[in-house]
Amino acid sequence: MTPEVLIEIKNLNFSYGERSVLKGLDMTMSRGKVIAVMGGSGSGKTTLLRLIGGSVRPSSGYVKVAGKLVHELKRDELFRMRRKMSMLFQFGALFTDLTVFDNVAFQMREHTDLPESMIRDLVLMKLQAVGLRGAHNLMPAQLSGGMARRVALARSIALDPLLIMYDEPFTGLDPISLTVIGNLIRRLTDALGMTSIVVTHDVQESLKIVDYVYFIADGVIAAHGTPAEVRGSVAPFVHQFVHGEEDGPVSFHYPADSYASDLELENGFA
Amino acid sequence: MPRRIVIGIRGVGHRVVDSIWRLGYASRFFLLILLKSGTSLRRFGLITREIYFTGVLSLIIILVSGLFVGMVLGLQGYETLQRYGAESAVGTMVALSLLRELGPVVAALLFASRAGSAITAEIGLMKATEQLAAMEMMAVDPVARVVAPRFWAGVISMPFLAALFSAVGVFGGYLVAVVLIGVDEGSFWSQMQDAVDFRYDVVNGIIKTCVFGVAVTAIAVFEGYDASPTAEGVSGATTRTVVTSSLAILGLDFILTSLMFRGMS
Repeated sequence: MTPEVLIEIKNLNFSYGERSVLKGLDMTMSRGKVIAVMGGSGSGKTTLLRLIGGSVRPSSGYVKVAGKLVHELKRDELFRMRRKMSMLFQFGALFTDLTVFDNVAFQMREHTDLPESMIRDLVLMKLQAVGLRGAHNLMPAQLSGGMARRVALARSIALDPLLIMYDEPFTGLDPISLTVIGNLIRRLTDALGMTSIVVTHDVQESLKIVDYVYFIADGVIAAHGTPAEVRGSVAPFVHQFVHGEEDGPVSFHYPADSYASDLELENGFA
Repeated sequence: MPRRIVIGIRGVGHRVVDSIWRLGYASRFFLLILLKSGTSLRRFGLITREIYFTGVLSLIIILVSGLFVGMVLGLQGYETLQRYGAESAVGTMVALSLLRELGPVVAALLFASRAGSAITAEIGLMKATEQLAAMEMMAVDPVARVVAPRFWAGVISMPFLAALFSAVGVFGGYLVAVVLIGVDEGSFWSQMQDAVDFRYDVVNGIIKTCVFGVAVTAIAVFEGYDASPTAEGVSGATTRTVVTSSLAILGLDFILTSLMFRGMS
């Protein structure tokens, strides 16, 4: 049986002024899956998340979430939709003036009329899921990078969303935290039956936990497939990216004039 | 026309258009705050919390400055008035100076430096660290949840801070004129009581503080919300808050004074 499609992206184009970032993307993302979106820095991965979340509007094409065209939603409809989605920002984006407990309780207090005793139980359950129940009284400034990311993860599942978007969840983590966060993403997706979109550079860690991978390069989908297909791919871009090779279709150097002309060596040595 | 002059004129035009655009954007933002104040006013706890940070934590600088300004006024007033044998009017001079001008203006300038800059830096840093974006993604409007409570806290705190500044200033004048110099205590208070008119002096002073409170806090929240999300952007926004607020206070003070006290004997 084909799993139900949660996100449908069709001929999606987006530009920042004159600079074209995404060029005609087509993607489908099914419920209950972990999907990785990979690509080099500046390839438009985070922009894609912002388009799915409705923070920016596409230049053309569309993003549909649960059958609704995101860019056509009015602000209150968009906010209603966002109550069913969540985003984990690169560095957690925890509210620095609130404790860990209040951070996780934030959405429950804003969007529900639950009694404080029930909020307390729910918050402690969410924190238990990420292993930080004992840290509920700490302030964000007292947390390590990995702990902050886990608290942000607990906050993002506070209202049991249908969709969580992770923006570079593995950046700057030590190997233990990296594995812990990776496993949490997989376990929470399976346990809550939600969809996870992981934007990342970290090929090895993400291939362990995801169901499907999209590679974006120069604003287009360069390749896509299951982790097994990606590992076995001989396509030059995928091979270079997965194996972290310097030589390949993705240039290490930013476009520039010839090195010799910059060093004024074009006429040979005097 | 030489190319350099054309570029110069174009640059000036560009700056003027930019400034007008920014003024329009700031005005729309101000209206947005008013429209989205419902949440803060319904959940007054949000405002109370911010009153602590903007108002209560500004108390020390306001009280100490008020005391010294009052003491200086007492000393200078006595030095000038005693030449004409009118040293007993020193209380009147201290009270009127503080209630009409120095209380509202100096308290607002201090408030802009202490609380206004803190509000801008806090909102700017929340933007730089993606806290505002995170809030938007949680379907919580940052203007309603973060900006409006800080705005109203500033507007509510300002008149109280200015009132305390003036009260402590009068006490400072009393300390210098009566306790240190020896001006007659009865004359000091009774002449003050006779000269100060509640409607013209006290109420007009309160109106000024309210206007300054709105101006300073609106500038502070706007600069924070509009700051570039970088360390340099936040520091620039904080500086702009203090400079723009100070100029706005002095400009508004002139306008209000000319409207309130024109033609008074």
